[in-house]
Amino acid sequence: MHNKSVAELSRELESGKISSVELTHEFLDRIKAEDRQYNSFITVTEDQALADAKTADEQRAAGKASVWTGVPFAHKDIFCTNGVATTCGSKMLANFVPPYDATVTANFRAAGAVCLGKTNMDEFAMGSSNESSFFGAVTNPWGLGNGEKRVPGGSSGGSAAAIAARLVPAATATDTGGSIRQPAALCGVTGLKPTYGRVSRYGMIAFASSLDQGGTMARTAEDNALMLNVMAGFDPKDSTCVDRAVPDYTATLNEPLKGLRIGLPKEYFSDQLSPAMEQQVRNAVKEYEKLGATVKEVSLPHAKLAIAAYYVIAPAEASANLSRFDGVRYGYRCDNPKDLNDLYTRTRAEGFGGEVKRRILVGTYALSAGYFDAYYLKAQKVRRLIQQDFVNAFNEVDVLMSPVTPSPAFVQGEKTSDPVTMYLEDVFTIAVNLAGVPAMSVPAGFVDGLPVGLQIIGNYFEEARLLNAAHQYQQVTDWHQKLPQ
Amino acid sequence: MQWDIVIGLEIHVQLATKTKIFSGSSTAFGAEPNTQASAVDLAMPGTLPVPNEQAFRYAVMFGLAVNAEIGRRSVFDRKNYFYPDLPKGYQTTQLDHPIVGPGFVDIDLEDGSSKRVRIHHAHLEEDAGKSLHEDFDGMTGIDLNRAGTPLIEIVTEPDMNSAEEAVAFAKKLHSLVSSIGICDGDMSQGSLRFDVNISLKPKGSDELGTRTETKNLNSFRFMEQAIAHEVERQMDILEDGGRIIQETRLYNGDRDESRSMRSKEEANDYRYFPCPDLLPVVIDDAFIESARDLLPELPDERKARFKEQYGLNDYDARLLSDDARIAAFFEEAVGQGKDAKLAANWVLGEFSARLNAEDKTVVQAPITGSQLGQLVARIADNTVSSSGAKKVFEALWNGDADNADAIIEAQGLKQVSDTGALEQMVDEVLAGMPDQVAQYQEEADPKKQKKMLGGFMGPLMKASKGQGNPKLFNEILVRKLGG
Repeated sequence: MHNKSVAELSRELESGKISSVELTHEFLDRIKAEDRQYNSFITVTEDQALADAKTADEQRAAGKASVWTGVPFAHKDIFCTNGVATTCGSKMLANFVPPYDATVTANFRAAGAVCLGKTNMDEFAMGSSNESSFFGAVTNPWGLGNGEKRVPGGSSGGSAAAIAARLVPAATATDTGGSIRQPAALCGVTGLKPTYGRVSRYGMIAFASSLDQGGTMARTAEDNALMLNVMAGFDPKDSTCVDRAVPDYTATLNEPLKGLRIGLPKEYFSDQLSPAMEQQVRNAVKEYEKLGATVKEVSLPHAKLAIAAYYVIAPAEASANLSRFDGVRYGYRCDNPKDLNDLYTRTRAEGFGGEVKRRILVGTYALSAGYFDAYYLKAQKVRRLIQQDFVNAFNEVDVLMSPVTPSPAFVQGEKTSDPVTMYLEDVFTIAVNLAGVPAMSVPAGFVDGLPVGLQIIGNYFEEARLLNAAHQYQQVTDWHQKLPQ
Repeated sequence: MQWDIVIGLEIHVQLATKTKIFSGSSTAFGAEPNTQASAVDLAMPGTLPVPNEQAFRYAVMFGLAVNAEIGRRSVFDRKNYFYPDLPKGYQTTQLDHPIVGPGFVDIDLEDGSSKRVRIHHAHLEEDAGKSLHEDFDGMTGIDLNRAGTPLIEIVTEPDMNSAEEAVAFAKKLHSLVSSIGICDGDMSQGSLRFDVNISLKPKGSDELGTRTETKNLNSFRFMEQAIAHEVERQMDILEDGGRIIQETRLYNGDRDESRSMRSKEEANDYRYFPCPDLLPVVIDDAFIESARDLLPELPDERKARFKEQYGLNDYDARLLSDDARIAAFFEEAVGQGKDAKLAANWVLGEFSARLNAEDKTVVQAPITGSQLGQLVARIADNTVSSSGAKKVFEALWNGDADNADAIIEAQGLKQVSDTGALEQMVDEVLAGMPDQVAQYQEEADPKKQKKMLGGFMGPLMKASKGQGNPKLFNEILVRKLGG
């Protein structure tokens, strides 16, 4: 059963071949037996999951089931879960149990899905390798067969690794600069970052508010569509959430792709991309041509400025967003503070890890008097230019396709000593967040036995078109079905 | 050396919304600590602000009341600093795109002149919680009930040149925000808090001196004292050849002392930037017009109407129009009769004096405007004399009866105005006082004669058991004594 998709498991439950309790046991057993080697979970909520599964079985018996009723999944540990520890991968929140649900969490609860636990992540979603987690690095299931400990990507590395290892069929994730797409690519799963404002951010612990977006991760595009059906929609608790009708994302999965206009941004096929990676991406594009799509080269002229702008805006917002972690009301507090200043400085010095501190420092600097115009304001101007690049590109084509990462999963420890090298992991994903458009990562081949992701970028609120394109590709390829050794 | 005093004010006004500016928690004052603090107010991880529409409506009403431009695109910024009663580690406020742009308020001064004070802008922001430094044995208690209460911070131009002007402005503003209903006006609960920026410059100079800011004055009296204190302090320094340091000062009203809180060098770098959790709020014409519809008559409009409609002088019209509740009381009193001037005199005289003596506000008064108005009507139609009216007022105030007529009846205060009966009494009294009559008739000086009339009044009032109409007695006396 653990190799089945959400859609398949839902049908099995509906046919009565298996109960949710049995299914939940199966996945919990797998987590217990195998997660020691991946460390993809921070918290496993066994008792709660079994209780929820029992309720789900009763609901299904009573004829009150939705697609999700009784289907196991997991939440990235950035989504607040009422009564269940929510750590954001940080010592600062290691003891934090929220008394409320994130809107995303509440939506899955209402749909009857069975949450098995909370997945590991880079601390406060700051990282591209899942090595900054207070709860230890996550290991990519790919490469382990050769004895290599490779990174799963980040920050949603726990969700990606858990899905790749078949510990859960689906998991929530978040993406601020590539944190869904990059780990999905490195772990060979399918992930979607929706349009900014499509999914509520309420209860999703903030890293960079204007960039953060909750999204989906599963093996298939169809499962991503099923997840987005639950997650998308207006939320009065989030002022940046957009009040716009939500389509049934599964309804258009089977639309033919004939006439789909694909643009290849030339800036994303640069010398930063290894030839082997480029070959896989171009092969995927050829598949689309076979499905009836047309392809042309387009330009995102300001794409090269994206990383610089991002590493001003995101840390600036983070520096304020993380000020609330002060040891006063909840979370970590240092022992025996001498006075208020000591409480603040030691709580934050001891509670935050190195990458988080680095970004708070960078952001504080960028917002300081005398630097604000040169950094923050300039970065915002660049951001508008990048947004305009996408608007212009979508006047010419329906979707953009590119690699997700410059190279496949790297070995743990390889980039931890050089933050800038690590930041370049997101060179193809960050502009999407600055523009706020939706984008997916779809498994599209292998290099040296490691998965490669194809990035499909759409116009604002065109998630359905992306899911349709990904689903059609998955009907003619089986990259997303490959199992790590 | 002669100095010009230059004063600008920053006023924090708590808006009278039921709930907080970014959460659904109650803003009611006086609850148990931290019982009105939700996950949003506590800045729990992942929580987000949702703006309160009513706070915007109130801010727009204020803008319209001070003749200001309304910010059509209102942006919230984060002001970053750490303090235990500031849960998010930043205050959500407005820097470059405030809800209320430039406007003005005209103030009336004691000498009868008026002056225009310009409003630089007013912005929406959230209040912080409270740090309680007592009762915790060397520790500090945090109460977040107030955290997130909506405020408008009003910033004036440095247009005031004396404590009198600053206090007149403060009182006018207090009256304005109370009468349009956007603030409860209760200064003892911190509903209005004043920061005063003061500088001195050589008389006639165009160049402003270095200013200091004295923070958190919450009574008009402390404000007046603090200004006097700071002006004197700066004058002493300048006249000794010293320099004023730009700084924030705290004034202790009980001791009439001030001390430096922080200098400009020590000031925080607040690292303002637009709050990414809140989108710019667009204020359209329909919203502005709906806010305008909610505005009651403004004090300045009311004053003009009182002069026009009731023939009041400028001074009385202002005293009666500044406070909406006094104005309403007055109009209720006028409604019972025709003599507005007499009603004004009673409201501003006997009634106000009694309120002050008992430290009551108009809404706490034991009598209504119509009760007072009925009494005024009885004075006007000569049913009761003015001395009798004071007794009636006293009885009304004490609740002896609920209307003036009943008291006049019960206490026999009704004036006798039947001229036949009065003439007879005068004849009888004059007959009993031949010497005084002769003295009066021999007196050549009409002024002295007039004085001498008083000698007959006492016996006449006695003869009429206090109920004779003194005015009529006077007329009859003058006629009978021959003059």
